[in-house]
This record gives sequence, C-alpha cells and structure tokens, in this order.
Amino acid sequence: MGEQHNPMLSLRGLTRRFGGLTAVDAIDLDLARGELISIIGPNGAGKTTLFNLVTGLDRPDAGTVRFGSQDITGFSPERLAAEGIARTFQLGRVFGNLSVMDNVLIGAHTRLRAVKPAVPVIGPLLELGLALLRPSSVKAEEERLREEVKAILARFGERLLPRIDQPAYSLSYANRRRVEIARALALKPRLLLLDEPTAGMNPTETAEMQALVAELKTEGLTILLIEHKLEMVMRLSDRVIVMDEGKKIAEGPGEEVRGDPKVIEAYLGHGLSGATEESAA
Amino acid sequence: MSSWLDYTINGLIVGNVYALVAVGLALIFGVSRLINFAQGSIYLVGAYIGWVAVVQLHTPLPLTIIVVAATAAVVGLILERFGLRPLQNSVRIAPLLATIGISFVLDQLVMLTFSPNPRALPSQLPDIRFQLGGGTIGPLDLLIAGVGITSALLLFVFLRYSKLGWAVRAASQDRDAAMQMGVDVNRVNQAVFGIAAALGGVSGMLVGMYYNQIDTAMSLQATLKGVVAEVVGGAGNVPGAVIGSLLLGLVESYGVAVFGTSYRNLFAFLLLVVVLVLRPNGLFASARQAPPEPLTGTFIAPSRPVRIPRWALAVAAAAFAILPLFPVSFYVLQTLINAWLLGMLALSLTLVAGTIGQVSLGHAALLAIGAYTSALLSLALSVPVGLAVIGGGLMSAALGTLLISPSFRLRGHYVSIATLAIGEIVSLVILNWESVTRGPIGISGIPPLSLFGYDLISPTSIYWFSLVVMVALALLQGRLLTSHLGRSFRAIRDDDIAARAYGLSLNRYKSLAFIFGGFAAGVSGGIAAHLYSYINHETFNTQQSILALTVVILGGLGNVVGAIVGSVALVGLPEVFRIAAEYRILIYGVVLLLLVRFRPQGLLGTI
Repeated sequence: MGEQHNPMLSLRGLTRRFGGLTAVDAIDLDLARGELISIIGPNGAGKTTLFNLVTGLDRPDAGTVRFGSQDITGFSPERLAAEGIARTFQLGRVFGNLSVMDNVLIGAHTRLRAVKPAVPVIGPLLELGLALLRPSSVKAEEERLREEVKAILARFGERLLPRIDQPAYSLSYANRRRVEIARALALKPRLLLLDEPTAGMNPTETAEMQALVAELKTEGLTILLIEHKLEMVMRLSDRVIVMDEGKKIAEGPGEEVRGDPKVIEAYLGHGLSGATEESAA
Repeated sequence: MSSWLDYTINGLIVGNVYALVAVGLALIFGVSRLINFAQGSIYLVGAYIGWVAVVQLHTPLPLTIIVVAATAAVVGLILERFGLRPLQNSVRIAPLLATIGISFVLDQLVMLTFSPNPRALPSQLPDIRFQLGGGTIGPLDLLIAGVGITSALLLFVFLRYSKLGWAVRAASQDRDAAMQMGVDVNRVNQAVFGIAAALGGVSGMLVGMYYNQIDTAMSLQATLKGVVAEVVGGAGNVPGAVIGSLLLGLVESYGVAVFGTSYRNLFAFLLLVVVLVLRPNGLFASARQAPPEPLTGTFIAPSRPVRIPRWALAVAAAAFAILPLFPVSFYVLQTLINAWLLGMLALSLTLVAGTIGQVSLGHAALLAIGAYTSALLSLALSVPVGLAVIGGGLMSAALGTLLISPSFRLRGHYVSIATLAIGEIVSLVILNWESVTRGPIGISGIPPLSLFGYDLISPTSIYWFSLVVMVALALLQGRLLTSHLGRSFRAIRDDDIAARAYGLSLNRYKSLAFIFGGFAAGVSGGIAAHLYSYINHETFNTQQSILALTVVILGGLGNVVGAIVGSVALVGLPEVFRIAAEYRILIYGVVLLLLVRFRPQGLLGTI
C-alpha cells in the first residue's frame, strides 16, 4: 500500500501513552488521495485517540503525521482546520445554542477571507472593525456562504432544511450527527475524518448516511472512517484497518480482513463485546 | 537571621489557618466538583459565634471550639440541603453562582446582626511567649498548629477507616459509579459540607483570636485565600490543599518581610495566577490528561430568548430620552444615571460571561482601569474630559485584555477564579503604585464631565450623556452579535474543542471579546470617575463585580437588552421600594439565589 507516490495522509510509528496504557501503539498508515479507509476494532482499541492525534487535539508521544508534503505532527487543531482537515466527533459536539445555520457556518470559518484579512499583528482588530462596519465585500461573502450552507443541508433531504433556524440542542440525535457532517463539509475539507457517523441511528437513517458517504467518496473526497457497522464498512471501504489494544492487527481489503483469524480473535477475545456491538449498533 | 525564623514560623501558622479553610474547599471540590465561595462566610459565622461564646457566654476554650464547630456544621448542612442539593441536575455554573449568592446573604446577615464595626475577640489563652531559636512563639500559635494538625489527622482517619469516609472517597473518584454501587451521595455531600463548615468555622474563630479582631470583611478574604491555597495544591486534593496553604502562608510572610504589609495579598494572587497558568491542575496533579468529551451546551442553560420587536425598543428608548422633560425629581434621574453606568458594565460582562462564556468575577477591575486612566489623563495631562473617557475605555480594553489573557487557556470554574484574582491584583497594584495612582489617598478633584468645552453639571445633561453612551454601546454590541464574531464567540462558549477543530483560535476571539467588553466597562468607569470627582482603590470592588454578574444573569446571559433591563431592575427596584442600603446586598444575594434556582436563563433568555 506504500507504493503510492504521494499519499494524502501518512502516519509513521504514531504512539500515544496514557500512564501505563499505550492507547495508540506504533501505527503506520498511508491514505491515498480519494481513498476511503475504515478503522475498526473493539471499544477501547484506540481508534478515537488516533483521530485526536491526527486532528491535533492530542499530541503523540512518538511518531510523525504527514499531510500532503508537510509534516504536521503536533500542529494545533486551528492550524489543521486551516490546512483542510475536518472531523466529526464520536459523542457529538454540535454547538447546542447555535442554530443549524450558524453551526454549519462555523464549519466555513477557515474560508472567511473578506472579514478576516491575513494581516499580521493588527489582523484581529481589523476583523473586529470589519465585523462591525460590514462593507459590501463582507456582506457578499456572508451571503455566499449562507447559500452554500443551504446547498449542503439540501444533501440531507428534508431532515435539516426545515429546521435551519432551530437551535441544535432541540434536534434529534440523528439530526445532530447530520449537522456535524454538514459542518465538516462546509470546511471544504481535503481530508475528512468521520468518527462513528451512524452511532445511534436506525437502519433507514444508517442507509441514508451510507449513501451520503458513498456520494462524497465518488466526488473524490479522501475519508478516514471509524465505524462499528461492518456491513457499511465492507461496502464503502477501499481498505480496512483493524486495531486492537492500540496496535494495528490487520490491514487490507474488507473481505480479506474479515476472515483474518487475528481479527476474529480480537473481537471474540474481548468476551462477547464485539458480537453484541455489531447487533446492537 | 532570627527575624527570618520569625517570618517562617508566622508563615507556617498563617498557612495552618488557611489549611483549615482550604481542606474544606478541597473536600467539597473533590465530591461535587464545586468551588464553594460561601466557605469564607462560614468562617465569618464561626468567628462571630466564637465572639458570642467568649464575650457573652464566657465559655471555656474547649467548649468554645465545640460550640463553634457544631454551629458552623449546622450552617453548612443547611447550605447544602437548601442551597445546593436542588441544583444537582442544573447547569454546571449554577451551584457556583448559588454559593456566591449564599455568601452574600450570610455576610449580610452577620453584618445586620452584629453591625459592620470590628469587634475584639479576646484569646482565652495566657499571653506568654516562648523563646524558640531567635524567634518567639505563643500558646495561641501552638493551639492553631495543634488544631490544624489534629483536624488533618482526624480527617485522614475518617477518610481512610470509616465507612462514610470510604463513600466520600468513592464519590470523589467517580460520582456515578459510587451511586450505582449504592453510595448515598446526598449523605456524602452532607458529611462533606458538615466537616468543611466545622473546619471553616473553627479557623474563623482562631484567626479572630490571633488578631484579636473580627469584622465582616474577613469573609471574602478567607474565601480568596482558601481558594488560592486549594488551587495551588490541586483542586480536590486534600493533602495538596494543606501543602498549598503552608506554601501560601510562607510566600506571604516572606513577601511582607521584603516589601511590606500592603503587599501580602498581592503575593497570594500572583502565586495563584502563576500556578493556574503553568500548572492549572495544581502543583501535585498527575500528568496531562486526554481532553474529555462532554456533552455540549452544558455550561449555559438552553433557552429560547424573548424577541422584543425593534419598535418596542425604540419606544422604550424614546420614553427614557424624554423623561427629563417631565417634572421628575433629581433623585429619579440620579438613580437612572446609576442604572445606565451599571448597564454599560453589564453589557461588557454579558458579552464576556454570556456570549463567549468566560464567567468573570473580577469585572470591576476594568471599571477601575478606565476610571484611573480617565482621571489621570484629565488631571495630569489636561486632556479634555470627553477624550479622556474614551482613553479610559481604550486603556481598559488593552490593559484589561492583556491582564486577563493568562486565563484564556483555562476552562469553567478556573476562569472565574483567575479573573477574581486578576481583579484583586489590579486593585492591589493601584493601592501600591503610589507614584502613579497616589496609593491609598486616592485621586480627588477630578474635573466634571464635559463635552466640546461645555461642562455637564446638571443632572439632566449627565442623564442624557450616559443614556446616549449606553445606547450607542448597546447598538454596537447588538451589531457585533449578528456578525460572524457573534456566532464564533457563542461557538467557543458552547464547545471550545469543536470550535478549535474548525479553526477558531481561542486566544484571538477571547481577546476580541475582552477588547470590546473592556472598552464598554472602561467608558463606564471613566464617566463614573468624573461624576464622583474622587476615586480610590476601593471604589470599584468585588461587590460591584458580583452585582454586575447578578444583573447579567437576571437579564439573560449574552442578552444585550437583558443587561439593560437587569440594570434598571436591580438599581431601580430597591429605590422604588425605599429599601435601606444595608439590606440591598442581601436582596442582590437572594435574587441571585432565586434566579439560579428557578430561572437560570434569566428574564429574557440566553442568547
């Protein structure tokens, strides 16, 4: 898999320890442009910690993260967002008191230009001034982004558009997950990390989400996906990586990984957790 | 050398007293993740109960200690049962605000019962000094050390060997798990508040005997010192709180030795800010933790704000604008001028505490910076008053933001503590920087307000001036809220981790919020300075910070109209009902408590 000349994302020996526990243990990974890789594994395998390391919410104890041609190890989340990395969160982190529109507009924050001139030192003060004065360029930019948000929300059919002015805390669980994905799309990401996008969704909603992710993939988006629903993983992924206790125990096309004895053992070795997760999910 | 030993002993003795307060705070924080701002009030109650016992009832010392501990424990139990238990399932900030309200109520009750004049609390021990090395030590020093060590030991035995003690430790490690295992968390809370209050009460009595003086100002000082010691040791860490207290006592004692008495508190708060910035989990906390993933929107009560139509606001503004044309008394105008000045401060605080979620408890410092800047500009540099007030606003925006910036990396309750400390530091610097601020004498003869060369002396002109300034600031802030900055601020408040993941720099936007808010507060302080014509380091105090916070919560966090409505209500209603000044603070405390309990979103709702 390392044959691609210029992978979009490349992890080498990525390690994160919490006290005596190695949550992420020397992970290597190469993600090519336009590829979709799923990361599966029992609960506590280190999947979300791996996401946190890639998106800058946590710093690795060892190893490197390369994005495009750049070493981004230890970059701040703000900086990584500006580089074009967007993510959703496992437990859902919408802005509860913001409307659906405002939530998704925050996703487009890194793309603000007119109101956020890239001037050193006095840039923030200019931003304050422009926000208050609102010259036509700023108004036009805001208007354009609002139209764009509506277009993104339209991808979710009638789920979100009728609720565009409602505060996010009033939405159903599934709709909050959709808002998170809409917010990520508003960033126009080069790399999208989805952390269990279908958690808590019923089969119909899961199918909708699966169709959306498939659509994003055909549009050429590079995606890293954490997902427990194996059927969805098998259909969407170019490759699957299996993690257990922080280590990568298998990697390859879905069908191949599924039959790997180490993988079966990882799931069954943890009691019945793997099996119940699948049926409960 | 001998005096150093004296200072060391003194530092350790004082540290021991702080430890009695700090251990109580640490126990409460450990179990309920709450910084109990009412701890100092219980300390105050303990001191006055001690006074009643010693002076009125002539009880012997052991009985005095028992009476004080028992009464304070009862106060603690009442506080827990009626003040905090009803808030178990409300937003995280609610119990913190409730303890602030309770402390106002308790302090005020003590003041109304015993009068604000200081009283002597005689030590019941013989007045002899023992030679120790080069220094001396008295029986009271030994008693304080003895009580400190004994209660630490008793606490250790209780926590380690009693069944209830196990429950306390279990609940402090994982409240939900403890509940599932059948631990009665309410009983644990009762035990913790009872013990903390008993310790706090006894320490208040001992300090009263140590200085042979008690007064109602002790309360806030004790809370502040206890909080400093607790945070230095690591919030919730009982042994850490003891060591933090001793360290605080030593730092203060040496600081006093080198620089003088008026620097005592400055060292305490500098120590706090340094620890918060460098090791926010305290000196003895474990290594860095993974960022938790809380549910979003838990800090602010979700609500739908009341939308008031523009025409209604315009009508209200016009009605207030033409008010002086009617035959209203000077008294009414004066009251409303106070409301407009408080309104500017509340606008500032509602942006900082409500919109971007940094609940500041030291906001009066911004008033002080604006007031001193404007007063000094007009006095020393003869700048026209109108420009000087704007200068005060700009200075408050710049300096205030710079001073507050160490707290930008903190979250939740820690922001409140840090801003409280920074506010105290500002007031102490004003007190000690005599060459610029004229120190404790204050600044007198500040010229009256003037605009384009015309002095604004009549109440009517001052009324219009402050109304216009406040409305202008409110309109500007309303415009800010509808811009991309408004949604960015609110996003940071709701979930700073998700906000960062979408490219929002916390430093940048918290700075912008404090710059904008600092300007409004500085202008308010500047105008006040020219109205009062005399200011000193106590003109703008913590009471005003808390009053502003009450106004902001009353109106609805982040709500611009709410901030003004809240100001008019809290300044105006006591006047309408002709309530005597000494009862007002009591009422503010009660209002804060009732709001937190029954309407956390305020009158007009959170925005």
